Amino acid sequence: MDSPLLRIDGLTKAYPGVIANDQVSFDIGRGEIHALLGENGAGKSTLVKMIYGLVKPDTGTMTLDDKPFAPTKPSEARSNGVAMVFQHFSLFDALSVAENVALGMETPPALRDLARQIRDVSEAYGLPLDPSRTVGTLSAGERQRVEIIRCLLQDPRLLIMDEPTSVLTPQEVDILFETLHKLQAEGTSILYISHKLEEIRTLCDHATILRLGKNVGTCTPRETTARAMAELMVGSSFASPVARDTEKGAVLLEARALSLPAPGAFGTPLRDISFSVQAGEVLGLGGVAGNGQDELLDTLTGERSAPKGTLFLKGHDISQTGPVYRRNEGLLTGPEERLGHAAAPNMSLTENAVLTAAQRKGLMANGFISWPKARSFAEEVIAQFDVRTPGASTAARALSGGNLQKFVVGREIAQAPDVLVLNQPTWGVDAAAAAFIRQAILDVAARGGAVVVISQDLDELMEVSDRFGALNEGRLSKIRPVAELNIEQIGLMMGGAEDMEDAHA
Amino acid sequence: MIRLEKRPQPSRLISALTPVIAVLLTMIVGGILFAALGANPFEAIRTLFWDPLFHPQFAAYSRPQLLVKAGPLILIAIGLSIGFRAGIWNIGAEGQYIMGAICGAGAGLAFYPSESPLIFPLMILAGALGGWAWGMIPAILKTRLGTNEILVSLMLVYVAETLLGSVSTGLLRNPEGMGFPGSRNFKQWDAAHNAEIVSNTGAHWGVIAAFIAVIFAYVLLSRHILGYQVRLTGEAPRAARFSGVKPARMVLFCLGLSGALAGMAGMFEVTGPAGQISIDFNSGYGFTAIIVAFLGRLNPIGILLAGLLMALTYIGGELAQLMLGLPAAAIQLFQGMLLFFLLAMDVFTNFRIRIGQGAKA
Repeated sequence: MDSPLLRIDGLTKAYPGVIANDQVSFDIGRGEIHALLGENGAGKSTLVKMIYGLVKPDTGTMTLDDKPFAPTKPSEARSNGVAMVFQHFSLFDALSVAENVALGMETPPALRDLARQIRDVSEAYGLPLDPSRTVGTLSAGERQRVEIIRCLLQDPRLLIMDEPTSVLTPQEVDILFETLHKLQAEGTSILYISHKLEEIRTLCDHATILRLGKNVGTCTPRETTARAMAELMVGSSFASPVARDTEKGAVLLEARALSLPAPGAFGTPLRDISFSVQAGEVLGLGGVAGNGQDELLDTLTGERSAPKGTLFLKGHDISQTGPVYRRNEGLLTGPEERLGHAAAPNMSLTENAVLTAAQRKGLMANGFISWPKARSFAEEVIAQFDVRTPGASTAARALSGGNLQKFVVGREIAQAPDVLVLNQPTWGVDAAAAAFIRQAILDVAARGGAVVVISQDLDELMEVSDRFGALNEGRLSKIRPVAELNIEQIGLMMGGAEDMEDAHA
Repeated sequence: MIRLEKRPQPSRLISALTPVIAVLLTMIVGGILFAALGANPFEAIRTLFWDPLFHPQFAAYSRPQLLVKAGPLILIAIGLSIGFRAGIWNIGAEGQYIMGAICGAGAGLAFYPSESPLIFPLMILAGALGGWAWGMIPAILKTRLGTNEILVSLMLVYVAETLLGSVSTGLLRNPEGMGFPGSRNFKQWDAAHNAEIVSNTGAHWGVIAAFIAVIFAYVLLSRHILGYQVRLTGEAPRAARFSGVKPARMVLFCLGLSGALAGMAGMFEVTGPAGQISIDFNSGYGFTAIIVAFLGRLNPIGILLAGLLMALTYIGGELAQLMLGLPAAAIQLFQGMLLFFLLAMDVFTNFRIRIGQGAKA
């Protein structure tokens, strides 16, 4: 254990306008789970891309096993024993698990042998997976297993994992952690990227914290608090959301037995969904990705219309109305996908401000857009929500994920919604920005708005919601006050087995 | 190694320079082509770009031709560009142009020989309606049945050509034309003649309409919410739906508008420069306008300039055939090259070249 597996020494990578990594140095020991922490735009992705051979450093060296290591492409990194599980899966829905794994290999064995290997590995590491299943039918957690097994088949010495738990249920997280511990016991090193500080405290041996591309500290997570790590990340102390007394008012948004067929072959149908949100209240809807969240959001925004008599805003039937009508009536929404859904990537922030605020903020008259007004509204959102960007004329795609998220959520909140529906409001957003967005959500409720937050981050839902429900295969569980819940119950609700717990409730 | 690197933001400078560089590259490569054909490349380029406007002998004839040819190109390209901006690909402007001519001419001829001042406006309206209706066929098929508008609009061009042949030998044939195919000549019927407004400029009502269309499109795209929705639909269809744009309505609007403008262009052509409906009345403006739309960066002002440039190569091409004996195919190749270089240069708006990085492949 004397020499580290991977030594990173003075890695620097500059992109036009930003220095993504500035003289970053740290070691990853053999059989160590090493956490990499940092805000969005802190340079984590660039750093792991350099280790994985996707990006070439400007200066600095890496040493793997006491030998110089400078991969120029991922296959070279893989042949040196470095494997990576990406945050976004690159799987083909229509192919089977084994076929997907074969596609990622340079010289795939016969499909039958590969299926056997997959079964062996999945049993050895406690990751149940049937190689013959079509990927389109798998849950997000199972898809991640495909990616992990794809890596494990290469017998890696260093496994890089980018935000692996963001799509998992608590039970699936436990299974993943067991697998990672097994790997660790076999001497595999793991570089673990996450925003979830508590998770890092339970799992990781060491943590390296990046801020603005620089290594600002290394710590032993078990011996520090999550708050201390977060403050290292952000560079200053940030405010945790403030608790508030909920004063509930009239029911503002209500769904009554809403059912809709699946939009496509791999979509999820909505089945008999009923809920209501009152003024001043936050309803949290959890569930593993792909269980109807996107379909429910599209129905609430008005992109898909619902059968008559299933959706009510302030008592009016809005089932068949479009997005513009709903916005005028005070129902504002924020989809999960920032680029391409909530914002147009190539358009400026000013233009993106018009996307949802044209009518409500009076940015147009007789159909003519007032660009000066649009610009000043965009600037207002930028200032109020601390969006870090050179200006309102910057293209949306040039912003980091967290900053764009602050902009698109801010754009809705700045329009003073009566009802706000957000899907994954802090997905892939750093701790400071996430805390900021959560506080803004709570402020909307405090002002007397009704909020629905759809999220896969349970900690977030517990923090902001008054009541909680879970989506499972397009069905919504019974909705319960958060105060009555514990994490096991939530897991069962998410798995669709809540009724077993009815005796408790 | 040469590598393309994505720019953080599209470059405005390159976007504006691209057409200029593309024209220069076309001149260089085209010059080599002409040299290979045995012509003096400098003379060929001069004949293409300079002589139509300034040749002491020919300019008097060819200068007005510039507006005559640019007018329909610009009018059609403006309509197409709005659809292209929204990602709706109307490739059948040629068919809509023909239908506009047939309907416009037909509506007028129904009242022959009336000298009412309402005849010409009526014909413009009928021409626009004819093109609009022809454009609505692919639009409705797309929104109702999910067909591909590229294929349907293109196929309808051949249907329109067949109809053109039919009416010029049948329904609209000149009863006093001794049985020859072709309609009455509008140049001999003042109420329906789309004459030059100022003589020897080539400016007829279609050219005026083209300029109005440029201004209209500019205001629409830069100021109006509808133009914003067009751009949004092209940039991010899902964001457009989220914003409240109905995709079906966008398809109907874009195909209808481009059809109506192409139809108007056809009507102005048949009553003006062409003079009559005939079997070979159409001359490919509807297809060339696609090049004009892209050459003009789908921007109204750009299209105005591109239409003039394309008209220039048409006239210059005719001169080059006449004076230098260059084959017509070489001229078409030259025009094709222009689009090719433009699209190739387009990459640099969003990407930049990096040389020598990434060491080995």
